[in-house]
Amino acid sequence: MKVSDIASYLDATIIVGKDQGDFEVSSAFGSDLMSDVLAFIKDNSLLLTGLVSPHVVRTCEMLDVMVIVFVRGKRPSEEIVELAQERDMIVMTTNLTLYEASGVLYQHGLGGTSDNG
Amino acid sequence: MDEVVLRKSYDVEAGDFESAGDASAGIKATLKRLGVPTGIVRRVAIAAYESEINLIIHSMGGSLTLTVDGESVCLVSDDRGPGIASIEKALQAGWSTAPDSVRSLGFGAGMGLPNMKKNADEFQIDSTVNVGTHIVMRFHLS
Ligand SMILES: Nc1ncnc2c1ncn2[C@@H]1O[C@H](COP(=O)(O)OP(=O)(O)OP(=O)(O)O)[C@@H](O)[C@H]1O
Ligand SMILES: [Mg+2]
Repeated sequence: MKVSDIASYLDATIIVGKDQGDFEVSSAFGSDLMSDVLAFIKDNSLLLTGLVSPHVVRTCEMLDVMVIVFVRGKRPSEEIVELAQERDMIVMTTNLTLYEASGVLYQHGLGGTSDNG
Repeated sequence: MDEVVLRKSYDVEAGDFESAGDASAGIKATLKRLGVPTGIVRRVAIAAYESEINLIIHSMGGSLTLTVDGESVCLVSDDRGPGIASIEKALQAGWSTAPDSVRSLGFGAGMGLPNMKKNADEFQIDSTVNVGTHIVMRFHLS
């Protein structure tokens, strides 16, 4: 699924990587727990999270996760924006909750990261 | 023994959450530069990051050492204490002694050690209370 489509489905604002709308992800994972992100996410995935901290970017960097969607209207700090820019990541924010944003993307065909997701 | 291609050590300070990920990012970049297959780089990066965070949260300081030879990538985590009283419990998914301050940063779910074990081809942990914890993780290149 293309980043530009994801942003439009979620009515999200792209904060970092506005010119990377054609970038595609093949699955998604949602959690506020970085411990679980490290244990469950696959590469080429998108992360939906309500946790706003620089560790979200560092965690995604380790996992080759290039797209971060902050939910519940959370705005990343300047430090997060800079870290993401340095790593060529895409960051967006949506007013939807984690549950709603996940549901919308799932309904449009973006699968999860478990074997039967 | 295969000839060692590279050995690099990173100091990790206790409580230094600010720089969490620096050592792991260095390890990941080094392996990429050496041309190690991306799937293996990713597994080592995950294990390195989990180890680094554990050193910061739980230990009194220590180091991560990366060794690469023709056959494998080896990652060693060493620290100066406090040690783990029950390794059996620590290896259970969901078992954690992390304080709430760490949980609010998104860590402390008790998933780290099981995840390190899952990602490594060989995993060995030794710990002595009041002395330290020593973890060896090996990733086969073929
Ligand atoms: N280097 C260490 N020194 C002392 N205790 C440790 C060390 N590493 C892990 N532990 C102990 O083992 C427990 C389990 O570690 P594990 O990495 O699995 O989970 P966690 O760090 O608590 O949470 P998570 O990794 O999910 O963020 C820790 O809560 C801690 O009590
Ligand atoms: Mg841990």
